[in-house]
Amino acid sequence: MKKTYDIEVDCANCANLAEDAAKKTKGVKNVCINFMSQKMEIEFCPEFDPCVVIKEVLKNCKKVEEDFEICF
Amino acid sequence: MFLNMNKKQKNLLKRILISFVLTILAAFISQKGLIKLVLYLIPYTIIGFDIIKKAFRGVINLRPFDESLLMVIATLGAIFLGIYKELTGQEGDYLEAIAVMLFYQIGELFQSLAVSKSRKNIKELMDIRPDYANIEKDGKIIKVSPDTIKEGDIIIIKAGEKVPTDGIILEGNTSINTIALNGESIPKYVKVKDEIISGSINIDGLIKVKVTKSFKESTASKILELVENASSKKSRSENFISKFAKVYTPFVVILAGLLAFLPPLIRVFVLGVPHMFNVWIYRALTFLVISCPCALVISIPLSFFSGIGGASRNGILIKGSNYIETLSKVKTVVFDKTGTLTQGVFEVSAIHHNKIEEEKLIEYAALSEYASSHPIAKSLKSAHKKEIDLNRIKEVKEITGEGIIAKIDDLEVISGNEKIMKRFGIEPVLCHSTGTIIHIAINKKYMGHIVISDIIKPESKNAISKLKKLGIKRIVMLTGDIEKTAKKVSDELNIEEFYSGLLPNQKLEKLEEIMNEKALIAFVGDGINDAPVLSRADIGISMGLIGSDAAIEASDVVLMDDNPKKIPQAIEISKECLKIVKQNIFFALFCKFLCLILGGFGVLNMWFAVFADVGVMVICVINSFRILFIKQK
Repeated sequence: MKKTYDIEVDCANCANLAEDAAKKTKGVKNVCINFMSQKMEIEFCPEFDPCVVIKEVLKNCKKVEEDFEICF
Repeated sequence: MFLNMNKKQKNLLKRILISFVLTILAAFISQKGLIKLVLYLIPYTIIGFDIIKKAFRGVINLRPFDESLLMVIATLGAIFLGIYKELTGQEGDYLEAIAVMLFYQIGELFQSLAVSKSRKNIKELMDIRPDYANIEKDGKIIKVSPDTIKEGDIIIIKAGEKVPTDGIILEGNTSINTIALNGESIPKYVKVKDEIISGSINIDGLIKVKVTKSFKESTASKILELVENASSKKSRSENFISKFAKVYTPFVVILAGLLAFLPPLIRVFVLGVPHMFNVWIYRALTFLVISCPCALVISIPLSFFSGIGGASRNGILIKGSNYIETLSKVKTVVFDKTGTLTQGVFEVSAIHHNKIEEEKLIEYAALSEYASSHPIAKSLKSAHKKEIDLNRIKEVKEITGEGIIAKIDDLEVISGNEKIMKRFGIEPVLCHSTGTIIHIAINKKYMGHIVISDIIKPESKNAISKLKKLGIKRIVMLTGDIEKTAKKVSDELNIEEFYSGLLPNQKLEKLEEIMNEKALIAFVGDGINDAPVLSRADIGISMGLIGSDAAIEASDVVLMDDNPKKIPQAIEISKECLKIVKQNIFFALFCKFLCLILGGFGVLNMWFAVFADVGVMVICVINSFRILFIKQK
């Protein structure tokens, strides 16, 4: 299942790093962060609950860039 | 640029200004020793505390290549070198460390401003979202939210207002401006029964409009959805840069480490000269300043984003930066004929051998065909233009597959194909034009014939020759029409290659055949029954946003109107965009490596390093803005 979230991230490289961090989260199949439109498209693994996974994603992203925010 | 800053940006600007003033003060109050250190540490902390905080988190999260951490190591290192010098009786320099931090933050601020500016620009370009709609209730005009408008409602649009949703004009006439939709700056005159599209602006008159599409289904909503969801796919240039950034930083940091320790050790143990540790550490710290990849990373998505923005300004919606990249490399363009190169509506294109006035001939034909709903009859009626006086038509008899015999103004009018002429013993003059021929005889005397055909769009020819100029090697036309028609169209447009008589699935087969050659292929269609072909091609370009949703879904580029000149324009914009991307990549990489080399040899000090870093970023960002304002040629 794919979902798109609005995000807040300040620098382009941080967005790339956060994308990597998000990809490594369990339950996430694929992630694409669009820095310019401040959007994040996440493809979840079907057996996981997106509401739970997205919190983990945010936690992991905050480790690389503490200003990172996801609106969900 | 500085007027619309958000809170974060304003704060940063304040900190930059305060620490700048304090630094200058500290430089003027020339003190020595501890007081000097404290005087400089105050502005350093003001400008750098958030970076220091981030660096600390980098350490906790075990991220050795965190750019904040590297920045802090570089600047603190420079301060310690200053302290070391003071202790050994020389004059220490703290100014440099603050300057580096200051410039770094100025760079961050500029970057953030540039990004929000570019986002705002595109939002403004796409300023087609209506704020309200007017409806009439109890004789009064009230404003309601566009969401509440349903199909069949009647809305009122005053001069200067945005058309909230698609509809048909019931009352009034006006000029509308569609520049935000398709880049067309000349106003369009519309009258009763004309369709108007949401997102256009009513210039002068008051009109009453019957809504044909709810707000969610309207053209404006569809465009906004397309633009907002654009570029979720990354281009190869973006992927290259993000991969490069991942390697670049560790590489430079390791290089810095080697630079700090190896040369001094060699000096002591191999050459037997003084170690000069502080010189080499300083050079290593300079490396750390250059190690931040952000300048490099920011300009690429910004360029593509501007490219997408510049294109949509011209009525070309590109669904992602990867498509800009592919579009710029297209070598073969395959066209669908009907509705793409031709109008797709049948029109009277010629009148031959007429014994009476052309208007008269059309008038009789239109009167005879009045009751028919056949497309041919429709085109005759539209060519006639005037109102039809039904009292003039006395009798109508149809012979299926041949034509019509009608009594009009006491004249016997026979219209139709050759067969019906021969049936009544009339010798028709045969026609060499392609299309449908309608022969007309009045009182059994031949009066001439009308040629009805699908006409070529006026811009098609120019578009094809422009494509050739842009380096498109192969242009192919596919059509379901008969060969004679296809040949005529392709000859007229200078298209060397065409395939006729194709069913929709055969179009797909033909495309795959053409795709066997390695060149990248763009397919242009109007979206009517060619969605599979659109999605199969490397780039599917669909024309006219009014086309089917399936076509918009299947295509990668959507042209907002059905003007073929938009195709060379789209390719031109994509080429320009890629040129700027390449310039930026090359320029940024070149400067970084130059700085590394010069820094390694000690030619470059930290001042220059940070200046180069921020300067390169600023230049790249300004360069990428150029695409947003690309002029239509």
